[in-house]
Amino acid sequence: MPRTIIDKIWDDHVVYSHEGQPDLLFVDLHLIHEITTAQAFEGLRLNGRKVRHPELTLATVDHNVPTTPRNVPVKDPIAKKQIETLEQNTRDFAIHFEGMLSPRQGIVHVIGPEMGASQPGMVIVCGDSHTSTHGAFGALAFGIGTSEVEHVLATQTLQQRRPKTLRIQVDGELPLGTTAKDLVLDIIRTIGVSGAVGHAIEYCGSTFRAMSMEGRMTVCNMSIEAGGRAGLVAPDDTTFAYMEGRQYAPKGQAWEQALDYWRSLATDEDAIFDKTVNINAADVVPFVTWGTNPGQSVEVTGRVPDPDEMPDEASKANAIRSLKYQDLQPGTPITSINVDKVFIGSCTNSRIEDLRLAASVVKGRKVNAHVQALVVPGSGQVKAAAEAEGLDRVFREAGFEWREAGCSMCLGMNPDVLGPGERCASTSNRNFEGRQGPGGRTHLVSPAMAAAAAIEGHFVDIRAWSKA
Amino acid sequence: MRPFKKEEGLAAPYDKANVDTDEIIPAEYLKRIERTGFGQFLFFAKRFLPDGSPNPDFVLNQPRYQNASILVAGPNFGCGSSREHAPWALEDYGFRAIIAPSFADIFTNNCAQIGLLNVVLPEDRVNQILRDIAGREGYQIAIDLEQQAVTDPFGRVDRFEMDAFRKHCLLNGLDAIGLTMQHEDAIRDFESRRQSRAPWLPRFR
Ligand code: SF4
Repeated sequence: MPRTIIDKIWDDHVVYSHEGQPDLLFVDLHLIHEITTAQAFEGLRLNGRKVRHPELTLATVDHNVPTTPRNVPVKDPIAKKQIETLEQNTRDFAIHFEGMLSPRQGIVHVIGPEMGASQPGMVIVCGDSHTSTHGAFGALAFGIGTSEVEHVLATQTLQQRRPKTLRIQVDGELPLGTTAKDLVLDIIRTIGVSGAVGHAIEYCGSTFRAMSMEGRMTVCNMSIEAGGRAGLVAPDDTTFAYMEGRQYAPKGQAWEQALDYWRSLATDEDAIFDKTVNINAADVVPFVTWGTNPGQSVEVTGRVPDPDEMPDEASKANAIRSLKYQDLQPGTPITSINVDKVFIGSCTNSRIEDLRLAASVVKGRKVNAHVQALVVPGSGQVKAAAEAEGLDRVFREAGFEWREAGCSMCLGMNPDVLGPGERCASTSNRNFEGRQGPGGRTHLVSPAMAAAAAIEGHFVDIRAWSKA
Repeated sequence: MRPFKKEEGLAAPYDKANVDTDEIIPAEYLKRIERTGFGQFLFFAKRFLPDGSPNPDFVLNQPRYQNASILVAGPNFGCGSSREHAPWALEDYGFRAIIAPSFADIFTNNCAQIGLLNVVLPEDRVNQILRDIAGREGYQIAIDLEQQAVTDPFGRVDRFEMDAFRKHCLLNGLDAIGLTMQHEDAIRDFESRRQSRAPWLPRFR
C-alpha cells in the first residue's frame, strides 16, 4: 500500500504494537533544555531508574539564560538554580551538554540542525512544543511534556497514537518582499489555530522544494501554532547539501548509505492523506498579527478588523477580547501602529539567513529614536557566522543591540521582557497575552518587516522597500 | 499517577476559546525545579492585579466558584507551549477534570500522565452547561469514568468518548513508564535491529 513519509517514519520506529493500545515508538534523538527536565530527572532518581541511552540525548540551556555578556554569573537566583540543575543532571547521567559558555550553545531547535544532529527519517522529541522545527529535515519531530521526557529518558521510547495526516500543498513562487514566515502565517490564518489538531502535516509542493532549509525550519516551527502534532518537508538535495559535513552528519560510506535511505522516505505517489489544503504562493503578502493568537493576522496594507464583521459569534468574541488586550481600534491602518520594541530572534527566525535579510533592510539606516531594537542570534554559531560577515556591525551602526544566543524576548523568562502596555514587532511565533512579558503586546512579522518597523517606528510595507 | 474513577464537584466556567498554556501559567513561574506547588500561579496574570491582590473580576476569584473541582472551558483548551506545569497548576489548584469541546494534543497527553481527566463534549452542549453554570449557583457535575458519563444537576446524562487504553490507565492509576518496561524484550530487539539497519545515526558523548 502506498504510504506517506509520515507513515514510513512511523512504521520504522514501532517497537511494540498491540490492538487497542498506543504504539510504542523508538526515539532517535532526545533534545532537552532547562525548563522541562528537572522534574523528569527527579522522577528517575525517586524510582531508581537510569537514562537508557544518554548517547542519544543532547542538552543545552536556552530559555532563561541572559543574553548579555556571559562572563558574569546569572543574576536571577531561581533561573541560576534551574540552569545548574540541568548541568548537574547531565553530569550525573553522562549526557552531552552545551552549556552557557560553549560556543555551540543556543536555542535547542537551532543547534540540533546546525550540529547535524537532526536528520531525515528520525523520530525526534523534546519537552518543547516547537520541536516541530526539526521536521524541516524530513524527521517526525514533536513536543512532549515533562512526564513524557521522563519516559523517554528511562526507556528511549514513547507511547503514541498514530496521528492523522494533513497535506498542505503550496505551489508557485513567493512574491518579492514575502518570506517563509509570511507563508506560515497565511497557512495558520487559513486553517485556524486548531486546524491541524490531531494531525501531522506534510508540506508539499514547488514552493517548499525551492525553499532554503532556514525557510523550511521557519514553516515547520509554526506547525504547532495551527495545532499540528508535527510538520515536515520531505528531504531532498537542499536538505543533504545543508547537512553534509556537519559535526554529527554521517561521513564517507555511511553518508552514501544514509542518502539511499533518506531518498526512500518521500511520500509514495498514490498515498492518501486524511486531509489536504491548497495554498497559492502568489497570494502570500507581508502579514502582521493584530490579535493574541497567531491566526489573527492581516496584510500590512490592511486595517485592524472590525469584530462586528467576523463570520461567527465565537470569532467575534475572540476578536473583541484580543483588541481590548492589544489596545487597538477596529479600522486602524496597520501601518499607523507604532512600536516600542523590536525583537529579531527566536527558533522561528534567528538563523543566519534571517539575520542577513534583516541586515539588508537596516543597512545604512537608523533605528527610530523611540524604539529599542534587539537582535538575538539563535546560537553561538549563528552569532559567530554573522560576525564573520560583519552583520553585527550593520546592526550596531543602525542602533540595534547585538546579544548572546538564547530564547530571550520570545517568552520573557530572562531579563529581556516587554513592560506592561509596551508594543513589539517580533519575529517569534506566539502573540499570546503576556507572552513577551506581563501586559506586553506582540505583533508577529517576518525579519524584514521587523527590521523595517525598527527603522520607521511603525509597521511599513516592506514591498515598497524591496522595489527601491 | 493518581487514579481517576469518579468525581462529583462544583463546576467553574472558563468561557473562552483557545486558552493557551501561557495563560494557564506564565513563563516566569516555570523556573522552579519542584513538581508541586504550581497552583498558586494558575492563571496568574488574570487572577491577580499588578499590585499582587486578587482580581475581583476574575471568574475563579468569585466566592461562588471557590473549591470548584471541575473546569468547563471553550474549544482548543491548552494550546501552545508543551509545559506540563499547566496541568500541574490546574491539578494543584484543585481541579480533577476539565470539560471542553476540544483540547490541544500535547496538553491532553500531559493531563493523562498525571490523572487530570479531559472530557470532550459537543460544543453546543458545553455552551449550554456554561449558561447553566452562570444561571445556577452551586452547579455540581458528576463524572463517572467507568461509565463515560457526565451528569448535570438536572439529571441529564451525557456520554463521552474515551480512548480505551487511556481509560484503563486512568482508572487504575497506571504508571506509563512501568507499563513500557514490561516490553523490555521488544525494546532490546528493536535496538539491535536499529544498529544494523541505520548505523549512521548520531551518538553524543
Ligand atoms: S525561542 Fe521561543 S518558541 Fe523557541 S524554544 Fe525558545 S521560547 Fe520556545
